[in-house]
Amino acid sequence: METAVFAVGALIVLLGAIGVVATRSTIYAAMSLVATLFGMAILFLTLEAEFLAAVQVIVYAGAVVVLFLFVIMLLGVDRLENLRTDPLVGQRWLGLGAAIIVGAGLLFALLKGTITGAKSSTAKPTGRSRDVFDISKVLFTDYLFAFEITSLLLVIGVVGAVALARHRRSSGSDLIDDDEPVVTFETEDDATMGDSEEPVEELT
Amino acid sequence: MMLLATVGPEAYLGLSAVLFAIGVGGLLLRRNPIVMFMCIELMLNAANLAFITFAHELDDIGGQVSVFFVLVVAAAEVVVGLGILVAIIRRRPDATADDLALLKG
Repeated sequence: METAVFAVGALIVLLGAIGVVATRSTIYAAMSLVATLFGMAILFLTLEAEFLAAVQVIVYAGAVVVLFLFVIMLLGVDRLENLRTDPLVGQRWLGLGAAIIVGAGLLFALLKGTITGAKSSTAKPTGRSRDVFDISKVLFTDYLFAFEITSLLLVIGVVGAVALARHRRSSGSDLIDDDEPVVTFETEDDATMGDSEEPVEELT
Repeated sequence: MMLLATVGPEAYLGLSAVLFAIGVGGLLLRRNPIVMFMCIELMLNAANLAFITFAHELDDIGGQVSVFFVLVVAAAEVVVGLGILVAIIRRRPDATADDLALLKG
């Protein structure tokens, strides 16, 4: 039974991953990514990581892939990619060879190595389905500082994304060469424009 | 523990290695920047699977906490990366990864 669950999950993961790499349409690639992430959640369940399986579905399939689809559809880049032309000569074969070398190296290390390491004493699983309890206990004691830093990281990410993706309609855009990918940020004169506004003279 | 007695951690780690290699191959072969991002997600997921396998095998909840942090950082990375992509594609609608050679000397 468990073997069957693992086989189904692994099949979904691998087919989805191949779909991400091999389909020409960006939308299909995003859908294949959803399949991979769902299969990964199944494998998390068989490894008794119930909390992370739920987080995987909510965060990845629910948020990240939706963000991908938003960008794809917003920008209209969902046309088919021409896989025939090869602008960098030999890139295909070099890339394929490099990928095979990486995979073979990882599998070689797996076959030759043994899993070492002592059993943990920090937090053993304390019984059935205490997954959330265990994670939160460690997360808010040993890893509290790292947890707080992630909140800072998320704030930086949100502010950076808004600054990067904001559409700027004001003047100055025609000074920029259309050919170069320029990221514009808010300059000082925008910020001080409100202050230097002329006071409205009252007519009496 | 009962589950791994039937399947074994080697199967999970092997799947993780294969998935990572597929991600590397996609990142090197594809030129669409969005698909390249998805391949990075594949590699992060492969690492997550290895983390959880070891967490299960060694009875250490720290592996699952690491996966939690990887999830947070991956979400932030996707947000910033897609923001950069929006800024680039708005300028050059048909940009592929090979066209972004502005810094080339």
